Amino acid sequence: MAAGAAAVMLRRVPPALTRATPVTKPIPSSGEKIPVVGLGSWITFNVGDDPELRDECAAVMRAFFQEGGRLIDSSPMYGSSQGVIGYGLAKLGRPATLFSATKVWISSGSRGPQQIEESRTLWGVPRFDLLQVHNLLDWEDHLPVLFGMKAEGRVRYVGVTTSEGRRHGEMEKIMRSQPIDFVQVTYNALDREVEERILPLAQERRIAVIANRPFRQGALIRQFERHGLPAWAAEAGAASWAQFLLKFIVSHPAITCAIPATSKVAHVVENLRAAGEPLPDAMLRRRMAAYVESL
Amino acid sequence: MSDWWKYHISDFLLFSPRTYYRMIERHNEAVWPGQLATLALGVVILVLLYRPAPERRRIIATVVAVLWAFVAGAFLWRRYASINWAATYFAWLFAIEALLLARLNFRLSRDFVGRAGVGLFVFSLAVYPLLAPLLGRGWRQAEVFGVAPDPTVLATLGLLLLAEQPPRWWTLVVPLAWCLMSGALLWAMGAPEVWIIVTAAILVLGAPRIRRSDAPSATGA
Repeated sequence: MAAGAAAVMLRRVPPALTRATPVTKPIPSSGEKIPVVGLGSWITFNVGDDPELRDECAAVMRAFFQEGGRLIDSSPMYGSSQGVIGYGLAKLGRPATLFSATKVWISSGSRGPQQIEESRTLWGVPRFDLLQVHNLLDWEDHLPVLFGMKAEGRVRYVGVTTSEGRRHGEMEKIMRSQPIDFVQVTYNALDREVEERILPLAQERRIAVIANRPFRQGALIRQFERHGLPAWAAEAGAASWAQFLLKFIVSHPAITCAIPATSKVAHVVENLRAAGEPLPDAMLRRRMAAYVESL
Repeated sequence: MSDWWKYHISDFLLFSPRTYYRMIERHNEAVWPGQLATLALGVVILVLLYRPAPERRRIIATVVAVLWAFVAGAFLWRRYASINWAATYFAWLFAIEALLLARLNFRLSRDFVGRAGVGLFVFSLAVYPLLAPLLGRGWRQAEVFGVAPDPTVLATLGLLLLAEQPPRWWTLVVPLAWCLMSGALLWAMGAPEVWIIVTAAILVLGAPRIRRSDAPSATGA
């Protein structure tokens, strides 16, 4: 009887709000698969030494791992975020499924290794899975160091990042000339410049792509939520605007992972569930883009 | 680096408003009841301004310098730097400013600019702490002169304005640099206090011109 009632209740919950195994995509350079939704830490995890807010971040991380998330992204630029991630990882018993991604962000190539070591200590990890040159800062000096670390087994993947459409020309040059595994760029339903050159080039060069600012720091959700979701959003498995926007991003064939940041458990659960099946196909993606642009 | 035009003020906001105001709250809890002492020191400064004597003016300079040094160490270095790396540099700048302010001779001018300076000082002392509860953040997040940087900087700009002698430009560099950074962050957070910071900065920058045009009616004390 109780089981029957529970089944009826479950049927009333939209599919995208129930727990689902996140879709994974391979990192082209290795074939290793990672879930298509990760966790960013820009602003949301920079809470200093505030114990209450640190515990809230740890709760977000706990929900992230429980929902099948793996990739957490940070940077020395993000204030205390790396220390807060380290606090959360320690509190959660250092989940073995973590895919740790951070950046080197310093205008002196010679000081890069020291900064990376400081970041590693803050995270409390034996090594990073992915090290990226933040905003292409001094990439000519940093990349050889990162490739050297990769050759020694001290990092598994190397990448470069930019955001908000900056320096795409230089990023293209790096993608063509350097053996990088990842690029990180801004990509969302309205910021689609990378579809023209960066994403096709990533597919051609077999480079994984991390999409940052999927919601423009929440601005897109605030902008769109006064409009209703179209009825056909269910075809994409989206039960909310956050899921609609995320599914649009991660269903692009070149995108490996999107990294929404949040300080709320409910939001991280909603984001991870957007990573479940179904994902929109090319025709539905065009419809989603047209709808968003019409608003 | 040809893409600088693509940056927005919000790109430099490293933390959420909630994190920032909780930091103020935790700082207030840590120094309580020090706020009462710094407010009392503010009143002492005000009284001494209207009872000028050389040794009293030295007391004003010393008190202001000590409060700047306190904000530099206790707030910027020890607390704010954990969420904003720029605060580390400002901690050093505040310490330097404390040394500069300790050498000043605050002597009240009774012209328009001087009165505006007194008004800014009194506002920073008595009204600024009320903004947090008035804006719905509660008393615990009140920003108090001598404890939090914004009212301390604003009050100091008031003191520099009211001085009979125009402030030396080098005493204004750090307060105005703070106004620029704090104003940008307040703007990005959507905090209405940004307009107070902007108004004070404009007043200080425009003071020499106002003073020149107001010169015939000026009656220095």
